[in-house]
Amino acid sequence: MAFSSISGLVSRTEASGLSLWKTVLEEDCRDRGCSREESFRQMAGLWDAMKSASCHYNAQARSASGLVGGDGEKMLSYCREGRSIGGEFFGKVVAEGLRMGESNACMKRIVAAPTAGACGVLPAVLLPMAERDGISDSQIVQSMFVAAGVGQVIAARASISGAEGGCQAEIGSASAMAASALVSLRNGSPKMSAYACAMALMNLMGLVCDPVAGLVEIPCVRRNVIGAVNAISCADMALAGIQSRIPADEVIDAMRAVGDMLPTALRETGKGGVAATPTGLRTAEKLRG
Amino acid sequence: MGIFDIMGPVMVGPSSSHTAGAVRIGSITRKLLGEKPVCAELLLHGSFAATGEGHGTDRALVAGLLGMKPDNERIPKSFEIAKEENLSVKIGKVTLRNVHPNTVLLKVQGESGRKLEVVASSLGGGRVKICRLDGIETNFSGDCPTLVVHNLDQPGHVAQVTSLLARNEVNIASMQLYRNMRGGYAVMVLECDQPIPAAPLKSLSKMDGILKITYLNLDE
Repeated sequence: MAFSSISGLVSRTEASGLSLWKTVLEEDCRDRGCSREESFRQMAGLWDAMKSASCHYNAQARSASGLVGGDGEKMLSYCREGRSIGGEFFGKVVAEGLRMGESNACMKRIVAAPTAGACGVLPAVLLPMAERDGISDSQIVQSMFVAAGVGQVIAARASISGAEGGCQAEIGSASAMAASALVSLRNGSPKMSAYACAMALMNLMGLVCDPVAGLVEIPCVRRNVIGAVNAISCADMALAGIQSRIPADEVIDAMRAVGDMLPTALRETGKGGVAATPTGLRTAEKLRG
Repeated sequence: MGIFDIMGPVMVGPSSSHTAGAVRIGSITRKLLGEKPVCAELLLHGSFAATGEGHGTDRALVAGLLGMKPDNERIPKSFEIAKEENLSVKIGKVTLRNVHPNTVLLKVQGESGRKLEVVASSLGGGRVKICRLDGIETNFSGDCPTLVVHNLDQPGHVAQVTSLLARNEVNIASMQLYRNMRGGYAVMVLECDQPIPAAPLKSLSKMDGILKITYLNLDE
């Protein structure tokens, strides 16, 4: 086990004088006995796979149930017409979250980050940022190490599985990872990354896993959007100097405790939340029929 | 858990636990069997049973048994491919005690007639745990070369196995011992940092008191 706490990750970074991403990379090299180049290359491969998944988005594709597909394209054309309330960048974040979530539901190749259900969160913030600000691939890959380090601590202290901890463990974790990565992209301090992580996870605490008909489709695809948007606002808050009043590790532990309290109906069984609405139940019935 | 258990894998959707993890469980089972499976019964538990069909868990397990990796775009077609490759598959449900919600019991038979029963859980993010082998409790991830030795519960077997590995410069990352009763049937599970060469494995399987050897070879 590499890091068991965000505070440990931050204090090791501060003590060594390295940046956060390097602390995570060095630990990976030590843990697996691989070279820095190897570790970096592997992460760069994941960034390439994210870009390629976005390029191969097919607006015509529909999921097995026929319930998901095409919305990412709708959002993107709306945004291209300059109509997005939040502006072009914001609109693109929303569109990218939808596109990636839809590709996943349509059994296309994506990058689990940390899970497939939450695969849209990181690309939804990283791809539009890279495009707008002309950020280099290697800087993006560096920020992905930060996301991975944060995700590793969450997985060690709590969970990244919806069946275990609800959606807060999937979209919540992805959002915390993305928030910390964004802070590091803007050269925020390690502490700021930790605050962004804490705030992002706190904002999505209690989010239940309630997939209609048990499929990673409704509401999963659009939850990627809230994960991405939440990440951006929490990164902005942290970079503005706003601190989380509860330390990241305590938030993670609270997320675990909340997950343990969730009844199984709200943990990926498709038996509670929107899955148990009359329309959700009818949809499930129709698919079984 | 390493950072690439968190970021990644590159995989075919829709679920890292129900699709990618299931492919890995299938492929680890095939490797543990050590030969091409011809017959498989897959019994799904918990969330695997409740939502497995919609997530393609059944097709993913079969894809893994056929030797596919989680990013293989033919996973959705694995039932048809199993027919072509003469792997007969039966799928059902089961309720197991004290296991993770995403758990499956696999009963497989290989082309030589060798049989294996595996209980495995998908923990999220594509990571898996092998919880039971032929009815004996285990706890390993399938991420590193893993040796499972079934032996009579008598003094000396642990020393035989570990010294053999030492002579072949294989470092042990973790080791677990189980038995059904004193002097009965015992199992040791050794997760290793290096692959174990074929020759020592063969000599091990011929030793007195060693009943069966199962080796998870990641290089295959």
